[in-house]
Amino acid sequence: MEQPVVEMKGMVKRFGSLTAVDRVDFTLQKGTIHALLGENGAGKSTLMNLLAGLYQPDEGKIRINGEAAVIHSPRDAYDRKIGMVHQHFMLIPKLTVAENIILGLQTRSSPLLNIKDASGQIRELSQRFGIQADPDALVEELTSGEQQRVEILKMLYRNADILILDEPTAVLTPQEVSSLFQVLRKMAGQGFSIILITHKLEEVLSLCDTVDILRDGKKIDSRPASESDRNSLARMMVGREVLLEYDRLSGEQGETVLETKGISAKGSDGRDLLQDISLQVRAGEILGVAGVSGNGQSELAKTCAGLRRADSGSILCSGRDITGTSIAQRIRLGISYIPDDRHALGMFPGMGVADNLVVKQHDRPPFSRRGFRRESAIHSSADKLIDSYNIRTTSRDTSMRSLSGGNQQKAVLARELSVSPQVIIADQPTRGLDVGAIEYIHQLLLEHRRRNAAVLLISTELDEILNLSDRIIVMYAGRITYTCDTDSADIEQIGLAMAGELQ
Amino acid sequence: MWEVLASTTFVIGLLQAALRTATPLLLAGIGELYGERSGILNIGLEGIMLIGCLFGFMTANMTGVPALGILAGGAAGIVIALIHGVLSISLGVSQVVSGVGINILCTGLSLTIYRAVFGASYSDLPRAPGMTPVQIPLLSDLPVIGTLLFSQLPLVYIAFALVPVTWFVLYRSELGLKIRACGEHPMAAETVGIHVARIRYLCVVITGFLTGIGGTFLSLGLLNFFRDNMTAGRGWIAIAVVIFGRWKPTGIMGAALVFGLASAFQMRLQAIGIDVPYQFLLMIPYVLTMLILIVTYGRSAGPAALGKPFIKEQ
Repeated sequence: MEQPVVEMKGMVKRFGSLTAVDRVDFTLQKGTIHALLGENGAGKSTLMNLLAGLYQPDEGKIRINGEAAVIHSPRDAYDRKIGMVHQHFMLIPKLTVAENIILGLQTRSSPLLNIKDASGQIRELSQRFGIQADPDALVEELTSGEQQRVEILKMLYRNADILILDEPTAVLTPQEVSSLFQVLRKMAGQGFSIILITHKLEEVLSLCDTVDILRDGKKIDSRPASESDRNSLARMMVGREVLLEYDRLSGEQGETVLETKGISAKGSDGRDLLQDISLQVRAGEILGVAGVSGNGQSELAKTCAGLRRADSGSILCSGRDITGTSIAQRIRLGISYIPDDRHALGMFPGMGVADNLVVKQHDRPPFSRRGFRRESAIHSSADKLIDSYNIRTTSRDTSMRSLSGGNQQKAVLARELSVSPQVIIADQPTRGLDVGAIEYIHQLLLEHRRRNAAVLLISTELDEILNLSDRIIVMYAGRITYTCDTDSADIEQIGLAMAGELQ
Repeated sequence: MWEVLASTTFVIGLLQAALRTATPLLLAGIGELYGERSGILNIGLEGIMLIGCLFGFMTANMTGVPALGILAGGAAGIVIALIHGVLSISLGVSQVVSGVGINILCTGLSLTIYRAVFGASYSDLPRAPGMTPVQIPLLSDLPVIGTLLFSQLPLVYIAFALVPVTWFVLYRSELGLKIRACGEHPMAAETVGIHVARIRYLCVVITGFLTGIGGTFLSLGLLNFFRDNMTAGRGWIAIAVVIFGRWKPTGIMGAALVFGLASAFQMRLQAIGIDVPYQFLLMIPYVLTMLILIVTYGRSAGPAALGKPFIKEQ
């Protein structure tokens, strides 16, 4: 067998009392695409950050091309031709593509910037690998797919031949995914070695040569992708059998509950965030909103929930115009909102679980009497919710901050859903959660659909939308670019609509 | 009165005073620009300036050489700024808390040191040799602008020369790109091999040095003695100048000149004896600061990572 390009032996990385990577071995062969499969928090990114020089290992040895290597910094990693494209792009929005690509590189000749030469080289690279990018464009004006191409070029510019990609498809449309895969295959054919961090089974099966499965910081298995299948991979990743598809059970749909009529909104910079959005969600229906993140979906959710105002158009709840009403009034009308960023909007991290659970109703009976809290009612309700929503916490007074992401989200859902809302606006309710929690939240949403709630479900995971929704709309640049029933959904068309290329 | 205001001598005198009043604001403002562009907000400017003012005065008083005083003021500024650096860069302390602490520390420190060295007597005010104007050959002979622009104190030239120099550093050098990257997205800077902490320390030192020098301009340039709280809010105005100047060297120069002009104008109005209580005139530059901040703050966007602690491996 050939000399491996990367050999990691007995890698350990601890953060405080948490062992994020626990004695993991990893071997990468030249010219292959190697998947690291695992759930959020399984240690995939941490392991690769050790290779990219961002973290220092507590234990373990790394060999690059057979040579022992100590990687203290990202610069050391570049010297060893290792480049990493992070899940959250490491690009500076206010700089141009070329500035971002040459950033941090020392030219030996002079301390001055030489953008012109760099731009020429970038154009050359972009032609050679078929990766489109304009060196003079400002990064903040690029789509996330374009930004990813800049990240890849940045690594190529640094002569990396070992490329690590952390969840690269999360921000792409289906078409962009297939063109990325083409580029990666081409690169592997030219001798580049590629590591793909992912939690998506299809990517492992369709693109990769080898797959390593990580769970809770430990390596479970390493095997050729050709000898794997969806079910066995999912089982190793999660540690038990998982439901990969749901019975949606077509139910009876009632009257329109939530309706928007031509709402438009502009951002503070004058950009159009929402343009003429008209949609209806009926009782007992889940309307899925697909799209690449940042195309107005969150603004739509916030506008319906009352967190931001529309510049024009109206919003109706059961036929009643609620365009100008306050958030408190909308809550009383039975509108629940599950925000996409639970840390910023969904919870009070320093407050206890019980206080977080009661916060929407803390000022009315039975939780309040003459302006004073009724602890007994608050406690018994909290205990009931903690039990029925299976929130794992040491006590009802434990601060939200110390719960795991999945349990925080369950608490948010308990607060929002326990009031039996008429309308549920769920903005990326499963983002960043493990498969078990995702499954649980999906079941909850389906349960409320059966209860005849109207659900507006926003997700950037197309599979989630396809699995749960009755109808689908696609948003691009603040507009609705596609509408269909899930049963007649055409993935190709949805992908084009997500990229704004559907006429 | 209007005739006095319109006379050439009044206008030239006013503009000359405006340049001088703008100089400490410009020095501290450019200094703060380096810090803020790298992501470090230093609201301890007022305190640093006061310490620079005192140490510049003391050194010049003892050695008799104003140039040494200026350097000593800059060095004292660096020392104080480094406290802010250690707290906010290495320890990740809130930059607002650290800055407020520095202001309180420096106010007390300057009073104590001054009294310990010169005593508390007010009858015999210690003085220091001040800077003397430097005539630029030929140019200073030009009518009107000769006296206005080319026979100024050396720090005035330095302050205004720093404007194009800083522009060049920020936008045309590798160092400048690194500084801007650290202020926008330190994690991204770190991943491309930039030592964010190192760049930020460098910028903090530049802030301290230029702000300290700006302080010496008060006790060795505008006046030749030191008194308690001599900076009188100029450090705060310098922070406002950075915001008003939209984090750009030329903008900061313009903003410093506007404030310089306002201060100079109110002093002249007092001198010619206008029938308004002088306290109101004194307020003009400060009220202007508030008004301009109200009008401009919402629209201007500073560096994205300004004021946020950055700790690796988190």
